[in-house]
Amino acid sequence: MRILIVEDDAKTADYLAKGLDEAGHTVDCAADGREGLFLASGSDYDAVVLDRMLPKLDGLAVLQALRAAQIQTPVLILSAVGHVDERVKGLKAGGDDYVVKPFAFSELLARIEALSRRRTAVAAQTRLNVADLEMDLLARRVTRSGKAIDLQPREFKLLEYLLRHSGQTVTRTMLLEGVWDYHFDPQTNVIDVHVSRLRQKIDRDFGLPLIHTVRGVGYRLAEEA
Amino acid sequence: MSAARRWWRGASFRFAVLYALLFATSMAALGGFVYWSSVDVIERQVGDTVQAELRGLAEQYAERGLPRLLEVIEQRSAPGGDTDNVYLLVAPSGQHLAGNLRSWPEAAQPDGEWLRLRLFRTLEHTEPVTVGARAFELRGGFRLLVGRDMGARESLRRTILEAIGWGLGAALLLGAFGGWLLGRYLLSRVETVSRISRRIVDGDLSQRVPLSGTGDAFDRLAENLNRMLARIETLMTGMRVVTDSLAHDLRSPLTRLRSRIEMALREQEALHPDGSGTGQEAADRQVLEQALAEVETIRGTFDSLIAIAEAEAGLTRVAFDRVDLAELVAELAELYEPLAEESHCRLRVALDGPAAVPGHRQLLAQALSNLLDNALKYGCQGGEIAIALERTGGEALLSVSDRGPGIPAAAREEVLKRFVRLDESRSLPGSGLGLSLAAAVATLHDSRLELQDNAPGLKVVWRFALAADG
Repeated sequence: MRILIVEDDAKTADYLAKGLDEAGHTVDCAADGREGLFLASGSDYDAVVLDRMLPKLDGLAVLQALRAAQIQTPVLILSAVGHVDERVKGLKAGGDDYVVKPFAFSELLARIEALSRRRTAVAAQTRLNVADLEMDLLARRVTRSGKAIDLQPREFKLLEYLLRHSGQTVTRTMLLEGVWDYHFDPQTNVIDVHVSRLRQKIDRDFGLPLIHTVRGVGYRLAEEA
Repeated sequence: MSAARRWWRGASFRFAVLYALLFATSMAALGGFVYWSSVDVIERQVGDTVQAELRGLAEQYAERGLPRLLEVIEQRSAPGGDTDNVYLLVAPSGQHLAGNLRSWPEAAQPDGEWLRLRLFRTLEHTEPVTVGARAFELRGGFRLLVGRDMGARESLRRTILEAIGWGLGAALLLGAFGGWLLGRYLLSRVETVSRISRRIVDGDLSQRVPLSGTGDAFDRLAENLNRMLARIETLMTGMRVVTDSLAHDLRSPLTRLRSRIEMALREQEALHPDGSGTGQEAADRQVLEQALAEVETIRGTFDSLIAIAEAEAGLTRVAFDRVDLAELVAELAELYEPLAEESHCRLRVALDGPAAVPGHRQLLAQALSNLLDNALKYGCQGGEIAIALERTGGEALLSVSDRGPGIPAAAREEVLKRFVRLDESRSLPGSGLGLSLAAAVATLHDSRLELQDNAPGLKVVWRFALAADG
């Protein structure tokens, strides 16, 4: 992926660039809003990490300018303003995701990788599958190796989210947001027990486990570990 | 409250009654004064005139004898004279000697006192008339009565009384109407102020009280309120700037700190992907992981403090939507049910139909999840946690009850405050801000959080007032 980082704090920008580079992405950096807007509108990036408070041109202004120019590159807003309503403001301005500082790099990486997927997966899909696991979105039916699996509505949504992000790491907060539409940090391991229930139904009676735990980060649905 | 009762108790009605009473009282006082100064004074003057005349006649008699007296009386009571004047002279036997009165009235004592008599003046009169008179006994047993027909005075009295009556009625009506108008006017101005203040309390600080432009007391009040509001807005904006820049200034170094630790950990992992390495390296890794956990704790505490401060300032009220508490409770119960089961705890849900309130869905969910976290953390050994939503009257009661050790009555108020944790729970993870955040969110929603004894266990009751149409 080609990723643009617009961040005025040099150390944070360096660290982000280094981490993303290690994860196999190509990274450009901009230190202020004007440069960020210039770069983002000039070349084709797969995702933009945009700091909220920037010198010269505020992050939200950059975002609005991009969207006004019909540039639909997915944008992840990185903000030191953590309030829930600020998040809504950011998403309304055209942001695709919102991460509050201080962030865990693994969380940010998972979200950036999920972003690029979002753009390609917008087209209406009626079937999702990984290995022998299949989900029919119209009939709301799930089968593995042709065997029907009975899921509760919430388990269905959870599996759908994992399938839509198959091969990617998804974090607990991403699951709480994507499946339950709640934007707070789960204090306890509420999400883990939901995943382990789903795992019981999807993986227990089959040889190859599909839901993998990514230590300290979250989960990944994939054929190989 | 019904419209009629509201009207009855309303300020307009009270103004109307007060004004009607005030008008009527002043009208009655004025009327009373007019009545007294016309009717009473006239009667007293008549009494004095009669007295003087009586004395004059008595002198005539004393100086010039009975014939002169008879002559004067005949002269004065002749048909050509003033018919309102009444005279009568009788002999000691009671026989009529002179005057225009038929016979001596029985009630008349000849002692010179002022009398009011109702009598028939002559045989031709079919209606009795009121006569004010004085009677006197002359030397030789003759009795003399001089009086005035009070008919004219009576009709004057009646006219005045009638005028007072009409005036009183008009005063009552005008007073009531004027009072009502004034009440409505004052009320509408007060209502404007109170409507605007309500919006400001709800978090919209840009509101101002409009001025009528007359520069009256209400305008001065509005001006002062507006000045106060401008001041509050400045302070609030200041607070916002402080929390925002504090957030920024604290989050940025925390981000760098966290990045450094994560980078160091990743470098270690790159060197020894299988977790091997020297004992020193393993120890280093442990220290780094602990440091990372501490950063996470600081972040959690900081986020909660900011959220509490913002909820208490009421700034988030602008983002309120209609939230169905029943739906929210059902969703969170569903979210926590597997975790409860894993903790060998049954989560019992009792919902009592929808209960919509204006609210902030995310904050409400977070507060409720804090309550459930607490119940699971401290109250699980009882084997059951109950979450209920009841509707009683105009209230919705959301409660989370457990069968754990509960909280002693004396400490219940205390734990809603920031950072308060009971000694027994110090060993468990958590910032001690969960309940304070829930309490702040409750305050933001004009609702109340109460901790009660569940005998045994703790029952947290969250009391919402429901809108009339909710």
